[in-house]
Amino acid sequence: MENEASVIALEARELTKIYRMGAVEVHALRGVDVALREGELVVLLGPSGSGKSTLLNILGGLDTPTGGTVRFRGEPLTLDSERALNLYRRNHVGFVFQFYNLIPSLTARENVSLVTEIARNPMSPVEALSIVGLGDRLDHFPAQLSGGEQQRVAIARAIAKRPDLLLCDEPTGALDSKTGILVLDAILRINRDLGTTTALITHNAVIAEIANRVLYFADGRIVETRRNAVQRAPGELAW
Amino acid sequence: MMSSLDRKLIRELWRLKAQVLAIALVIASGTALLIMALTTIEALEQTTAAYYERTRFADVFAQAKRAPENLQREIADIPGVRLVETRIVEGAILDMPGFAEPVVAQMLSLPERGPQLLNALVVRSGRLADPTRPDEVVVSEPFAEAHQLKPGDNFDAVLRGRKRTLQVVGTALSPEFVYAIAPGGLMPDDERFGILWMGHDALAAAFDLKASFNSITLSLLPGADEKDVIRRLDGLLAPFGGVGANGRADQTSNWFLESEIAQQKNMSRIMPTIFLAVAAFLTNMVMARLIETERREIGLLKAFGYGNWAIGWHYAKMVLVIGTIGILIGSLIGAWLGHWNTELYTKFYRFPFLLYRPGPAGFVIAGAISLGAALAGSLVAVRRAVRLPPAEAMLPPSPPVYRRIWASRTALAGALDEPSRMILRRIIRWPVRAFLASLGLAMSIAVLIMALQWVDAIDSLAETAFERGQHQDATVAFNDLQPIDTIADFENLPGVLAAEPYRFVSARIRHAHLSERQGIIGAPTGAILSPVFDVDRGRIEVPPGGLMVSRKLAELLDVSAGETVDVELLEGRQTRLSLPVAQVFETYLGTPAYMDMTALNRVAGDGRVVSGLHIRVDAPSRATLLARLKDIPNIAAVLFRQAAIDTFYKTMGETIFIFIGFFVAFSMTLSVGVTYNSIRIALSERARELATLRVLGFSRWEISYILLGEVGILTWIAIPLGAIIGYGLAWYMTSAFETELYRVPLVLRDATYGKAALIALAATLVCAAIVRRRLDRLDLIAVLKTRE
Repeated sequence: MENEASVIALEARELTKIYRMGAVEVHALRGVDVALREGELVVLLGPSGSGKSTLLNILGGLDTPTGGTVRFRGEPLTLDSERALNLYRRNHVGFVFQFYNLIPSLTARENVSLVTEIARNPMSPVEALSIVGLGDRLDHFPAQLSGGEQQRVAIARAIAKRPDLLLCDEPTGALDSKTGILVLDAILRINRDLGTTTALITHNAVIAEIANRVLYFADGRIVETRRNAVQRAPGELAW
Repeated sequence: MMSSLDRKLIRELWRLKAQVLAIALVIASGTALLIMALTTIEALEQTTAAYYERTRFADVFAQAKRAPENLQREIADIPGVRLVETRIVEGAILDMPGFAEPVVAQMLSLPERGPQLLNALVVRSGRLADPTRPDEVVVSEPFAEAHQLKPGDNFDAVLRGRKRTLQVVGTALSPEFVYAIAPGGLMPDDERFGILWMGHDALAAAFDLKASFNSITLSLLPGADEKDVIRRLDGLLAPFGGVGANGRADQTSNWFLESEIAQQKNMSRIMPTIFLAVAAFLTNMVMARLIETERREIGLLKAFGYGNWAIGWHYAKMVLVIGTIGILIGSLIGAWLGHWNTELYTKFYRFPFLLYRPGPAGFVIAGAISLGAALAGSLVAVRRAVRLPPAEAMLPPSPPVYRRIWASRTALAGALDEPSRMILRRIIRWPVRAFLASLGLAMSIAVLIMALQWVDAIDSLAETAFERGQHQDATVAFNDLQPIDTIADFENLPGVLAAEPYRFVSARIRHAHLSERQGIIGAPTGAILSPVFDVDRGRIEVPPGGLMVSRKLAELLDVSAGETVDVELLEGRQTRLSLPVAQVFETYLGTPAYMDMTALNRVAGDGRVVSGLHIRVDAPSRATLLARLKDIPNIAAVLFRQAAIDTFYKTMGETIFIFIGFFVAFSMTLSVGVTYNSIRIALSERARELATLRVLGFSRWEISYILLGEVGILTWIAIPLGAIIGYGLAWYMTSAFETELYRVPLVLRDATYGKAALIALAATLVCAAIVRRRLDRLDLIAVLKTRE
């Protein structure tokens, strides 16, 4: 799907982020340059606290950097405008979180329509849920679903708006390997079938095998970039 | 098609139903009280106006000794007068079967021919008296009820010294006696005071007033100058012993009724306002904390691209729903209470019908205030929540920075176990939040104290007025002035231990442009039974010259001690004179003015006379004395102090105390609403922490202690705080609650603070017990698995 000649979808330059936690200053990002190509599947790998989530949050417009720029399809993101970031998230970005973050009071279908109701060109919630293999669990509440199913609802919720970017923060972190593989399968299928540019955080090196490209994080920096010659299918993985 | 957000809203509301109900009840309390007060006033005003109109209640009332009938035509010619009706009004003593005390009656004549032009009776049973049958009477309905009289019954009466047997032919209500109060009485006493109507000729014969009248009522044309009419009427009646006409505003029953309505207005302004303000504060506090627990959801919605307005509106809807539930409950309870309250009033204020048709104004006002307060409170919290970048909002709040402060290093701190340390550190870490939670509880205690204070105040009022201020057992009032030697006759009656005379003269007192119609009481030098009594200084000797003026009257006339007032006596020679104000004294009841009796007699020019006597009665001989009093001619009224105290408490018990009961009930609702929400929110904030502790091996009781201990401490802080605020509210209430009828002293017994504290503690315990049950069901695994 993706190749070296593809257009750059998202590009960040010299990102820095400093958190102030009470009296302590935490340098979460210390100058990160990164570019995601259209349709690319990138895995961000590294120990916890290395800055992966911070980068992902900034790329997705959930957070703003202390310094640096982000360009989406060549246009700079207006990082100081909450409204602009909100529109960027609404129209272009889909998120998947480690802890699913479903609204417990809404069914699977309703959790998805929460997003489709405000999107410009969404697919139907049923369609989105069918893509992740939950076409028969539409009216179940989160409490009635297993962890893997909940995460797949979260993925359906993220892709239902047909986002240009799919950002996943440890989507398998809370799941066992068998369920994790189902979830990765869903993500990979979306990346392939819809051509959605996807960034996926994990600290599980095995998962990196499914990516086009792997970015290694340590201490707020990208310390190594590796291209996978062969993308492996999730079904071939084991951890 | 309902949006998913709305669906979420509905399910969230259902999940939080207990909390929603608690907040709604807080809002409902404030709303209900305001609606009750507003609609009661509306109903009383509408009923009064309709009653007065339908029965042609007069505009001007006047009395004379004996005026010829033909004077009526001259009076009718006064410009501005529409209708004139003359009549005879006399006092009588009744001997009711099976009732030991003599009963005071006011007898009024019915026109010999044709219907009543003014003050028409509303016949409730039987018929009006037949003019050709001199012994037929119509009795007032409340009096008939008190003595179980029905048409056909008989009783004895002493009319001008002659005993007669009167036959009841009907019962009726009159606009002149909506509030039927005996001359000199304070509260209606339907057992000891009755109104009788009799044919004009029969009454004229009994009181030797043929072709004459001694009472006249007028109605005026629209736009007529009442003052001018009264001035001319006084001029015409003066030669016939007129005692000064008064307008409708000063008519006894109407005056009490208007005072009551004014009092209700006062109450509706003050108490529900305080209550609503407290409810608003509490709603605000509770909603703010509730929305804080929704932090993660808000972050999530922002991550999906929902805008701040959409999120704000979502939570505003939540508040609107809760507020609307509260207002609906409040409106229903308020309307029901208003109706009930108005009916209660009709026990004392006798109307033949009751108009309870509340307009929308009360509901709209109450609803708008309540909703506005709730919205304002929560929008601040929503604004704070949406200001966070979504990435941060979705993280659990970073662990708060706790510090070891000096207190941690003291010996006391060393003795604390870890759970207690957790409780204390939480309070110290968020002092503002702890203070606000405490303040919320304190407010509910304060409102409770303010409500309960009424009981103390009224007790103190009654004790001061009837126990410390007066020592007579009964007061006897004469029809006509009696020579001062009459005292000796009474002292010789069986059972009379002491007798003390008094003089009363109707008067108008003026100072600058201000004028008040206020009778002057003449008290003898060295009065003991019924002296001038200042609530702080106790018994005061009446100075030989000058006027003693009660503080409220002094305020109404804008006069102070040392200044001079113009006094116009409205009896006898109608003397006008200037008198210095010798002293101003404080009293809780009425607006009295006193003078030395000898001096008053001198200026009135009637010689050494008395209007009545205060007597002390030897208990064993009471029955004999009462029997004798029933036969003594010229007695207009006998008032018993004990009966006055009893009716005072009975009336208060059936009006104010019930009203207070509602306040207490609503304050308790407030207390429960705040406490339950505080604990419940603390639980959702800390469920994870508490579950962790359970996993670490803490028992259910230990984690309950950690959660509820904080609320316990905050309750203890709230009690003294509530006492202070409650005292402030009570002070404000009493100072704002002054009427001419009575002032409420600021008295707060220790027991009142105690009761309020106990109620608050009980509320806390009940709420803690309810939440405790949730702690038992804490799902340890689920709580630990999810992030929040």
